[in-house]
Amino acid sequence: MTSLPLLLFWVMVAAYALAAAGALAPMPRLTRSVGAAGTMLGGAAGLALACLVLWTSDSLALEAPDVLAVAGGLIFHLDRLGAVFLAIVSGVAIPVGLYGGQYTTSYDGRYSTRWMWFNTSAFLLSMSLVTGAGSAFTFALCWELMALSSFLLVIVEHDREESVRAGLWYLAMTHAGLLAILAAFFLMGAASTGGSFASLRDAAAQLPAGTKNAVFLLALAGFGSKAGVVPLHVWLPRAHPAAPSHVSALMSAAMVKLGIYGLLRVCLDLLGGGPTWWGTLVILCGAGTALTGVLYALVEDDLKRLLAYSTVENVGLILLGTGAGLLFRSLGEPAAATLAFAAALLHAVNHAAFKTTLFLGAGSIIHATGTRNMNLLGGLIKRAPWTSAVILVGALAIAALPPLNGFVSEWLLFQAFLSGVARSQASMAALLTLGVGAIALTGGLAAATFVKAFGISCLAIPRSPAAAGAHESPGLMKAGMVLAAAYCPLLAVFTIPVLSTLTGALATVGGLPAAEPSVAIGVTVKTGHSMGAMSPVVILPVLAGAIALTWMLVRLASRRPVHSGDTWGCGRIGQTPRMEYTSAAFAEPLRRVFSEMYRPTEDTAVGTTRDASPYYIQSVTYQARLHPWFQRAVYDPLIAAVEAVAGRTRRLQSGSVNAYLTYMVLALIVLLGIVIGF
Amino acid sequence: MIAITGVAIEIGQALLVLLLAPAVVGLIRWVKARLQNRRGAPVWQPYAELRKLFGKDMVVSPNASWIFHAAPFVVFGTTVVVSLLVPVLITPLPFNDVADLFALVYLLLLGTFALALGGLDPGSSFGGMGSSREMTIAALSEPAIALAILSLALAAGSTNLGEMAARTVANPSAALSPGHVLAFAALFIVMLAETGRLPVDNPATHLELTMVHEAMILEYSGRHLALVEWASWLKLTVFLVLAANLFVPWGLATSLTPGALAIAAISTLAKVAVLAVAIAILETRIAKLRLFRVPELLAVSFVLGLLAVASSFSVR
Amino acid sequence: MNVFRKILRVGIATEDLPAVPPDTIAVVRDIDARARRLLGRAVAIRQVDAGSCNGCELEITGLSGPVYDLERFGLHFVASPRHADLLLVTGPVTRNMEVPLRKTWEATPDPKLVVAVGDCARDCGVFAGSYAVVGGVDAVIPVDVTVRGCPPEPAVILQGILTALGRLEGRR
Repeated sequence: MTSLPLLLFWVMVAAYALAAAGALAPMPRLTRSVGAAGTMLGGAAGLALACLVLWTSDSLALEAPDVLAVAGGLIFHLDRLGAVFLAIVSGVAIPVGLYGGQYTTSYDGRYSTRWMWFNTSAFLLSMSLVTGAGSAFTFALCWELMALSSFLLVIVEHDREESVRAGLWYLAMTHAGLLAILAAFFLMGAASTGGSFASLRDAAAQLPAGTKNAVFLLALAGFGSKAGVVPLHVWLPRAHPAAPSHVSALMSAAMVKLGIYGLLRVCLDLLGGGPTWWGTLVILCGAGTALTGVLYALVEDDLKRLLAYSTVENVGLILLGTGAGLLFRSLGEPAAATLAFAAALLHAVNHAAFKTTLFLGAGSIIHATGTRNMNLLGGLIKRAPWTSAVILVGALAIAALPPLNGFVSEWLLFQAFLSGVARSQASMAALLTLGVGAIALTGGLAAATFVKAFGISCLAIPRSPAAAGAHESPGLMKAGMVLAAAYCPLLAVFTIPVLSTLTGALATVGGLPAAEPSVAIGVTVKTGHSMGAMSPVVILPVLAGAIALTWMLVRLASRRPVHSGDTWGCGRIGQTPRMEYTSAAFAEPLRRVFSEMYRPTEDTAVGTTRDASPYYIQSVTYQARLHPWFQRAVYDPLIAAVEAVAGRTRRLQSGSVNAYLTYMVLALIVLLGIVIGF
Repeated sequence: MIAITGVAIEIGQALLVLLLAPAVVGLIRWVKARLQNRRGAPVWQPYAELRKLFGKDMVVSPNASWIFHAAPFVVFGTTVVVSLLVPVLITPLPFNDVADLFALVYLLLLGTFALALGGLDPGSSFGGMGSSREMTIAALSEPAIALAILSLALAAGSTNLGEMAARTVANPSAALSPGHVLAFAALFIVMLAETGRLPVDNPATHLELTMVHEAMILEYSGRHLALVEWASWLKLTVFLVLAANLFVPWGLATSLTPGALAIAAISTLAKVAVLAVAIAILETRIAKLRLFRVPELLAVSFVLGLLAVASSFSVR
Repeated sequence: MNVFRKILRVGIATEDLPAVPPDTIAVVRDIDARARRLLGRAVAIRQVDAGSCNGCELEITGLSGPVYDLERFGLHFVASPRHADLLLVTGPVTRNMEVPLRKTWEATPDPKLVVAVGDCARDCGVFAGSYAVVGGVDAVIPVDVTVRGCPPEPAVILQGILTALGRLEGRR
């Protein structure tokens, strides 16, 4: 079989393998170069493969039944739905590879860059293979490889306790998720039918409703945890900041989307959709996730953790679209369902673009200043102008502002919900209305979050010597960032082709209506039943033209000189960075408004002199803490319970060899009993 | 040929609103002055202010970057683009295809975003405070706007502005339907919040701790200040025109005859004047809310929007 | 609705400006004609208290009330000197307020005018010779018009401002 898709597939695999093999190179410089080149080549090949599958009727089918035959062999089948996610992964890999080559120089000598590049390549390869997996076993294998390689990347900075703890959380939660996913596959009958997706799809028709519901819940838990659904998202704000920035970009932009992919694959494709409550549950999860994510992003001072919570928020928005799609499908509105799923997928693609941009920009800030704490940053726009410009583009896109791509997908989500409200019963309409309110509130809060993120990090004067000494990123890092930033306006301008590709990818999946694999060219995005029309291609030049025209007319109207004068501070003498607004101060009004959810704790300790008289104050210490509610409500009790059980079980470890031999004999007797019994 | 006429109409309409905006604010100030038992400045005072500002020099902080210089142009540009989409005289507009109400709201949010960054740039505490408060109010008014749009879209079958106006013109009794009235109330409260009028923000305050919009522009001078002020007046006028022509669209011209255009001009001016006087009377009667009471007001607006959706839904 | 009934009952309370009392307003410097032309009908005033006893401030507060109503002349108070065209300075300049006054003046964009209100602003008034004052306002920033009085009446202050703008003939 020498077809083009197969060729591209092998090129992609070979490129990532080459990048991994670069770890064996004698010089770190060679490792980095080979790693970066291999990553970029693999990404390009993967993107080409995905586009080929999406735009022609070619698909990729590869079977290796002899490899690991005991588990049914490896089956790869890349259809259009998988190709969308392969495009996301590969599209993100290209700027990450370009950027990572130079970024990892800062790890030389302190940590092993060989191991880092090996794991990065393994991570990308496993992510790409997950999208093409054609059987439950192949899927689980690649999924686990993905989890392990990313875990090793999270703990790269192994001397920092925070990174190691983040790695442990991640490892525990991803394996819990894997258990749920395996249980779901098992319930679908993977063991008996051999596990290929084709056979699972056929078998699903005969599954009783209770089993289907159980599979759905398990899939939602397992894939949702990987995607970042609240309250299963707790690993995300720990792991994403701990990993190196270009890897954080891969995790946030590509890996969480694979959680969405798994959910779509199992619930929509294999099970073929389900009753109405599935969609309702996913919508509720999505709304909760979006609002929780953005509210915690708003009060973060750590730039990367802010971006991680923002990923949670965007996953919530994607889930809102997915849930709406499932709901409409179950109500028998296939056109509305396609629109909702297409909106969700478009948001996934757009989020990958601007989240990569933001993480690469954040990486440049860390490279330049050595700190992630926004309260120590500032003034970067004059010291690192390209980095600031890239972060500005990312911030504008993620705040869903026209004319960039974030606005287009948010608009489409609104339209999907609107068309649903118009055509459903009262109870569904109430849910969808609240969904619209949730999307709008999330969008507004995201705008506030990113005014803070960009404004405090990059504008005004530096708040610390580290920020004052910042410098611009070197050439290749700049190129990688700018490439990622360029995705945002490009995706906005080419919305129609992208959207038609996504709609084509959804055709005949899970009973959705068929559509030709076409790429439409157009200017205006129109939704069905002429519910709405919007044109990012028109808004961009009109806006730019209005601003340019204003500038020209103002130059003509007034040529008065510009003088320099200190920032007005009511005539006080001198200005220090202490007088600027801080990140915590910026978010304070909203923190107060939502204080019922945040439940911040505040401590003020007044230290007096030795005489212990309360009037001779020596020091005042103020501490404000925000312990997230899901941590308090779900995880702290859970961890406490596990520790309690473990503590009691420890009594079995008496240290006596006789006791251990007794345990072994007992276990042997029980096993023999089971084997004889069956 | 048709395209060129279309462009000319759109530009002419935007120019009309742009030139009208200072007079609207002047009218509000004049009515408030009269209600304060004083003569007050004439209605065309804001034009004199703009003329003066264009002749002044600028003093710029050395901390400011290109964001500070660009923000007034971005906020002015976005507000002008919004005025291109709003039905002022004619419905449907020549480029009605892209006149989407959500696009309009988010373009205004882009202007707010730019101005918030411009307030943070010089590094003053007041600017940071203004940006923080402005983004808080903008974020919390988003759900109310979305629900008001949803209720209008349910009634009209589309989020397109031309469609909404056309549906109300075709069905006069719909203008007094509960859904319509509730949506108007919700949008009115949001308009007060977004344009910085009492009870959310006092546009005439001199106390920095009570400022929201003013605090962000404390560093601007000369022509930049002129642009920022004009943009905020234009935003108010656009909201008034939108409120007038979406909910009471009679008088809007549906053809390009001079007679129809004249009637449209007079009716729009009259409607906007009525709304402006209503705002002035409201500002005289009520006091400014504490900042942390504003979310309660916006929650009221959200509930009104929810009721509007419920009522539009049940009569659709 | 009591407030509206009261408003209607009181009517317009603004009074015409009386004649200027002699020897109260003095033009200290030649005022730039361009400044007067530009600031014709729209003037933003930033009031600076350079250490005054607040007697002059009480009179200035009356200016934005219904009786004196400075807005009818196109004048209005602003908070930031960047927005201002005219600085209305009161008080003998105390040592602590010398630098802030100077900074306020530097923060105001050109063309600008300065009106010193009160005897203190003119020549330290009753505080002349004190260890805490630097001098009159003209010791720190260039002054265009001085208004005598301790404190001067609001009408006289208003006339001083209008004199600086070259608009005293139009009293309405």
